Amino acid sequence: MAQLILYGLIYGGIISLGAIGLTLLVRILKFSHFAHGDMMALGAYLTLLFRVTMGLPMWLSVALAVILTAVAAVLIDRIFYKPLRRTSPAILLIASVGVALVLRHLIQFFWGAAPQVYQRGVERPYIVWGLRIRPTQVWILVMAVVLVIAVWLFLQKTKTGKALRAMADNMDLAAVSGIDTERMVVWTWVLGAALAAAAGIMLGMDTQLRPAMGWLMLLPIFAAAILGGLGNPYGAIAGGMIIALSQELSTMFINTAYKPAVAFVLMVLLLLVRPQGLFGGKA
Amino acid sequence: MALLEVSGLRAGYAEVDILHGVNLAVNQDEIVCVVGPNGAGKSTLMKSIFGLVRVRDGRIVFQGEDITGLGPSQIVRRGMCYVPQNNNVFPSLTVEENLEMGAFIRQGDFRRKMEEMFELFPILKERRRQKAGTMSGGQQQMVAMARALMLDPKLILLDEPTAGLSPKFAELVLEKVTEINRMGVSVLMIEQNARAGLAISHRGYVLTMGRNRLDDTGQALLANEEVGRLFLGG
Amino acid sequence: MEWGGIIGYGLFLLIYGGIYAISALGLNVQWGYTGLFNIGVGGFFLVGAYTSAIMTKGPDFSHLGGFGQPFLVGVLAGGLLAAVLALLIGIPTLRLRGDYLAIATIGIAETLRLIVTNEQQLTAGVWGIGAIPKPLWSTFGDSYNAFYAVVVLLAMVLVYFAIERGIRSPWGRVLKAVREDEAVAQAVGKDVFRFKLQALVLGAFFMGVAGALFAHFVGYISPEAFEPMNATFLVWVMLIVGGSGNSKGAMLGAFIVWVIWSGTEFVAAALPPTFGPRAHALRIVLIGLLLMAMLLWRPQGVLGEERQVSKLVRNEPAGRSAQGG
Ligand SMILES: Nc1ncnc2c1ncn2[C@@H]1O[C@H](COP(=O)(O)OP(=O)(O)O)[C@@H](O)[C@H]1O
Ligand SMILES: [Mg+2]
Repeated sequence: MAQLILYGLIYGGIISLGAIGLTLLVRILKFSHFAHGDMMALGAYLTLLFRVTMGLPMWLSVALAVILTAVAAVLIDRIFYKPLRRTSPAILLIASVGVALVLRHLIQFFWGAAPQVYQRGVERPYIVWGLRIRPTQVWILVMAVVLVIAVWLFLQKTKTGKALRAMADNMDLAAVSGIDTERMVVWTWVLGAALAAAAGIMLGMDTQLRPAMGWLMLLPIFAAAILGGLGNPYGAIAGGMIIALSQELSTMFINTAYKPAVAFVLMVLLLLVRPQGLFGGKA
Repeated sequence: MALLEVSGLRAGYAEVDILHGVNLAVNQDEIVCVVGPNGAGKSTLMKSIFGLVRVRDGRIVFQGEDITGLGPSQIVRRGMCYVPQNNNVFPSLTVEENLEMGAFIRQGDFRRKMEEMFELFPILKERRRQKAGTMSGGQQQMVAMARALMLDPKLILLDEPTAGLSPKFAELVLEKVTEINRMGVSVLMIEQNARAGLAISHRGYVLTMGRNRLDDTGQALLANEEVGRLFLGG
Repeated sequence: MEWGGIIGYGLFLLIYGGIYAISALGLNVQWGYTGLFNIGVGGFFLVGAYTSAIMTKGPDFSHLGGFGQPFLVGVLAGGLLAAVLALLIGIPTLRLRGDYLAIATIGIAETLRLIVTNEQQLTAGVWGIGAIPKPLWSTFGDSYNAFYAVVVLLAMVLVYFAIERGIRSPWGRVLKAVREDEAVAQAVGKDVFRFKLQALVLGAFFMGVAGALFAHFVGYISPEAFEPMNATFLVWVMLIVGGSGNSKGAMLGAFIVWVIWSGTEFVAAALPPTFGPRAHALRIVLIGLLLMAMLLWRPQGVLGEERQVSKLVRNEPAGRSAQGG
């Protein structure tokens, strides 16, 4: 059980990073971004390109992939979403489903449908207090914690971060105060996509890369964001942890194959009893 | 020459015009109060001036420059700030952060300006780390005014600053408006409580159904029979 | 291509296009008329297909079955079970913001796929259910596809007229009012939640029927057939291409997009085999770009929304505020 909790924490870190970005997008752009999972996959596969195909060092590959994913997100926003922003959130949602479709199958087109890994071979796990943890997983945990702290610092301490929270609070007032909302929208995409890419890379490091990995992550990250109240980036982290731990712990009672459904069931149950999420936020 | 001069303003929503050629001016160092029945178009007038509602006809001149058709972000940079009636703070941000957002486009340090605001509104200094959303209505109104003043505007637009406040707080807020005015900021304000609003104002306008009805000095309007009948309940 | 091939393809077009058209008509009730996001079309389609297959088959030790019901009973049962599912998913989500329904329907579709993959004794898991009865198979023999095309088109026309009647009734006008402005609909005393639930359930019923018709035509179903691409997104693209809020558009879109979709399959098949899986991915990219292009440049679709009905709705709010101002 302790072992499952450990895996839950690792997976929870990954989900949280996706959910934070999603939450910001929902709040600031009023937009449920259904291509968010596929941005995770994009980051993971770009890392594969730099690391395995081009043989760059891992840290550099990760950095390049994160940056490129952010650039891609901004471009996608300019080309597809921005012209539609004036229409309705509904149309944007459909558009993001279209973008998700295109991204996933572009990935499949370039990299094929077969699962891939960054590193072949089996790692020898460390044994700490009777728990097994692979070196890669240690890295993932450290990276997740560092990123969450970095995001927290960014949102809490920098002028841009505060302006993003202000936009999430009250878009009209932000505009009235002279905050350049278009620039903040770009920042939202950069931050959201960068975190998504990082999460995707971690997922790829922990398991393997598949074109559908992003689609499969969509449900858990949405569930985490909704659990967290869809407003509060910090709620998203808590939501991510809850989803991940329940998914891991559920394997003690039910068929492992149903793990992905656990997130969904939890989400529906929550919507029934507490639609505003566990941690406040507006319904 | 007037600081702000609005002439022949026509504006509205969707297919409907709300304002049918409104004229209004604010001179340097004045407090100008707009009164009128609910739905007269007072808020719409303010939003049109600030570029939040599209102007269909007429001209808005601020400090000698035609600002008709400019957006809020451009107007803010020219020294005009706006405090909406509702939702005028960032609820999950602290008082300090709210003020910092008010100073977003300010070059250089905003700390000194913030200290000035804390002198003007001492209660905000006490509560500088409190989230604005958890404060009382009157305190939020002060946060909102302080936020708008962070840019040293020439003119501040206040949409019903006392709406929903207890009489004690309403009085306090209007006192602050006078104080702000003495600091050299001109004020254009909408006030539900016409008597209290006109009493502190140099001049006032009465707006009904999107048209100018009357304009005069604050005192004269208070004494005016028609105004008395319409708004002062006597 | 010789005549036989062309006729054969034409029949496939009618059958598949018709089945998709029924799904798209269902989605049009939900999205086009009522503004409900159902991104789990495939889930309802799946329920219809599996239900009807299980209901109609004779005993088969590899999965639940042995009911041996007639074709029509199976199809209706498929529609009904899909409708019940919609009821269950609608109750917790329809009172909330629209995107919650979207994510919940994705969730239900994915969960259903997990269930049919893993519950061996119920659905035979990845092996799938084969030998699904084809109605009047022995009677029609070689011209079976022609017969089945007639069955599908008949069903489609029936669904079309049913929807048209509903949508032109007072009930349909409330649906559109809900889509245009929920607050207004609520203000004039309509129980918005109930109308939404009805639209969701009705649409799901048609999707279930479409799934059942699909199962009886192909004769074999497995979880693979209900991947979101085939079962959900294609239907969305069809509706957007044809024109949401327009039943004729939904049907037209279904046939147009199916022609594009199957046409690209021919092209892909002509490519060298090593390129095959990639060509498949590229086909989907193409469909995705088609969707984006439509949204950007012709959001009303090929046909656009039917005017005579929508005008009524558009005028209501305008008339109201004219009185108010
Ligand atoms: N966003 C809006 N869209 C449509 N009509 C509006 C909007 N805001 C206000 N109105 C209408 O404009 C008229 C004037 O409103 P407003 O300017 O708020 O009046 P006041 O501030 O004098 O009470 C009212 O009839 C109101 O219903
Ligand atoms: Mg008003």
